Amino acid sequence: MAVASVTLNQPEMPLAHELRGRVGMWCLIAAESAIFSIFVVAYLYYAGKSLNGPTPREVLHVPIFNSVCLFSSSFTIVMAERVIAQGKTRLFGIWWLFTIALGTIFILGTAREWYHLIYDEGLTISSSLFGTTFYSLVGLHAFHVIVGLTGLSIIMIFTALGLVKLEHAPRIEVFAMYWHFVDAVWVVVLTVVYFVAR
Amino acid sequence: MSNAETVLKPMVVSPAREDARPFFDTVHDWIVTVDHKKLGLMYIGYGILFLVIGGIEATIMRIQLAIPNNHFVSPQTFNQLFTMHGTTMVFLVGMPLLFGFANYFVPLMIGARDMAFPRLNAFSFWMSALGGLILYFSFIGGSGLYGAGSAPDVGWFAYAPLTAQAFSPGHSTDYWIIGLLVSGIGSIGTALNIVTTALCMRCPGMTLGRMPLFVWLNLVMSAMVLIVISPLTAAQIMLLIDRYLGGHFFDTQAGGSAVIWMHFFWIFGHPEVYVLIIPGFAFVSEIIPVFSRKPIFGYAIMVAATLSIGFLSLGVWAHHMFTIGMTSYANAFFTASTMAVGVPTGIKIFNWLGTMWGGKIRFTIPMMFCIGFLFQFLIAGLTGIMLSASPFDWQLGNSYFVVAHFHYVLIGGLVFTIFAALYYWYPKVTGRMWNETLGKWHFWLFLIGFHLTFDFMHIPGVLGMPRRIYTYEAGRGWEIWNLIISLGVIFQIIGILFWVVNFLWSYFKGKPAGNDPWDAWTLEWATTSPPPDYNFAKIPAVRSRRPLWDLKHPEDPDWKYE
Repeated sequence: MAVASVTLNQPEMPLAHELRGRVGMWCLIAAESAIFSIFVVAYLYYAGKSLNGPTPREVLHVPIFNSVCLFSSSFTIVMAERVIAQGKTRLFGIWWLFTIALGTIFILGTAREWYHLIYDEGLTISSSLFGTTFYSLVGLHAFHVIVGLTGLSIIMIFTALGLVKLEHAPRIEVFAMYWHFVDAVWVVVLTVVYFVAR
Repeated sequence: MSNAETVLKPMVVSPAREDARPFFDTVHDWIVTVDHKKLGLMYIGYGILFLVIGGIEATIMRIQLAIPNNHFVSPQTFNQLFTMHGTTMVFLVGMPLLFGFANYFVPLMIGARDMAFPRLNAFSFWMSALGGLILYFSFIGGSGLYGAGSAPDVGWFAYAPLTAQAFSPGHSTDYWIIGLLVSGIGSIGTALNIVTTALCMRCPGMTLGRMPLFVWLNLVMSAMVLIVISPLTAAQIMLLIDRYLGGHFFDTQAGGSAVIWMHFFWIFGHPEVYVLIIPGFAFVSEIIPVFSRKPIFGYAIMVAATLSIGFLSLGVWAHHMFTIGMTSYANAFFTASTMAVGVPTGIKIFNWLGTMWGGKIRFTIPMMFCIGFLFQFLIAGLTGIMLSASPFDWQLGNSYFVVAHFHYVLIGGLVFTIFAALYYWYPKVTGRMWNETLGKWHFWLFLIGFHLTFDFMHIPGVLGMPRRIYTYEAGRGWEIWNLIISLGVIFQIIGILFWVVNFLWSYFKGKPAGNDPWDAWTLEWATTSPPPDYNFAKIPAVRSRRPLWDLKHPEDPDWKYE
């Protein structure tokens, strides 16, 4: 009884305003997931329907090193989130730089893979249906990595200027959600492109 | 330094500039604003502007089809007209108008001072505006180097392979793709904002169970927009890849599939219909209780029905594709799922009737539009059930029966609720009352026009008149119906003119409305009309679903019974 009267006198506070960054990012992730789903469905639907070669089995090699780099960047960004929440800005900068480096290695790896596919194997976006679906799905993901890297670099510049402080930890967390999402999408893209639909 | 200051100062306060300032300041204020009310009004103004443009396009089409063997416009122009009419009405009228209302009233109803992300809000509005501009720029820039026609003419669902570079040379189709892509980014931004606002910005005491149904339904609509607009965005990216990078997604010559475009488009396209009509339900769910003097009947069921409509609508898209020849399993599934959506929708209609039942109904203009909506939406739903049966659809798919059905939903349903909402909240937004007599003229003329046009449109459909045809021969039995359909447009236009005159006149000369002209119950009526920039001087705290009822009736507050 006593508990009930207390809740009436102090009206329940809804979700805190501070959570809005995360809720907004979850919404963005939902919308982005829908875009990726359509591209994944198209990839799977068209798998093996290409009228001419090369086939995925002939030219695709699982990018192990690349993937390990991208997945580790999720770990380094978690460390960065953790140290900025304790106000250790210098340490934050180091972990952040690691994240950027790992992301950059991934993008460079993709670039090398594409160079090989285009110039050595003759697979382009217009050469076959496989090329169209491959470059658009992997390219859409790579585009998201580049957007993420741009955001990471902007925050890195602010960090270098000494502008990122303890109070920005929640915002860093919201941005890190996006980076985790980009990593998670790679799990799906990697599985679909390099294992399922070969 | 000080010298420069003394030189500059007189210039700032020179009389010539003072005269010029207020106007430019006002324009500047509106352009740089991040206030949810101003952005909401800009969304609504933008929607109404394109409503007029889309309406003119429809009128030209009806002149063309009024009599057989007519050549009022060229076939090429006719194709552009129905493409632009459909695209405009869905993306540049429906979505902006509904987002406008959500923008203006969601923060007010939950006792907040603004949306969760005010700057994102402004960004989203200007992206939507840019999208509309890009689409309509096609009239000027669409012909490209080929001289291949101006505006897009591929139909609003732009089926492949008609959109391939070979069949749609020039840039008109690209303007269609990019215009919608850009406005889609705006839609996702606003939807994200509304979801976050409804979840995170509510005032103390406003639990999810006490949120006005308007906010609930807009929350569901926005959550749907997030996952529904994205497939269209994805499909349009694919189409751009096909058109510009030589891709083969929808190129049947290289193993691609034209049918997959249909799937992707309708995965967006059908839920989009519910995205449009759910805010219509939201208006009705606020207006009917206030003018029946009763709280909404079955609040929880209403929320549950909305959620299930949102969920079920994601699995009905292929009922647009019965005629392309799917497996019998697919036909059976999509027939069943489409009919299933009718159940929660029917529950809603009974809830609104239950709210009116035994109530002290006041027949004001908003209420009259709502009652019109109830009847017309029921009929629209019934023809929807008919079309959901795949054997029936094989007969009447792509006929004027289908055109009549979805115009019944979107005009008889949605536009009537939008007018109801415009009349209902006009006093809050402007601080003045509209004229009742002019409003009645508007209602009755528009109602008669609507029924002349869209009741009789079912008949040529049953008689075999296909949609999108440019003209037809005499002697098929279609002439008299087409003439009646076209005559109905005149009544609709005159009705709309009464509305325009009414709202313009009332803005300057209307009686002051006061804060709460309808004796309503939600928080937007607790503040002044129009609301101040900060909405509420003191953030309110609520204890029930009808906070203003509690305030007006301290002896018998709602929270005792909830």
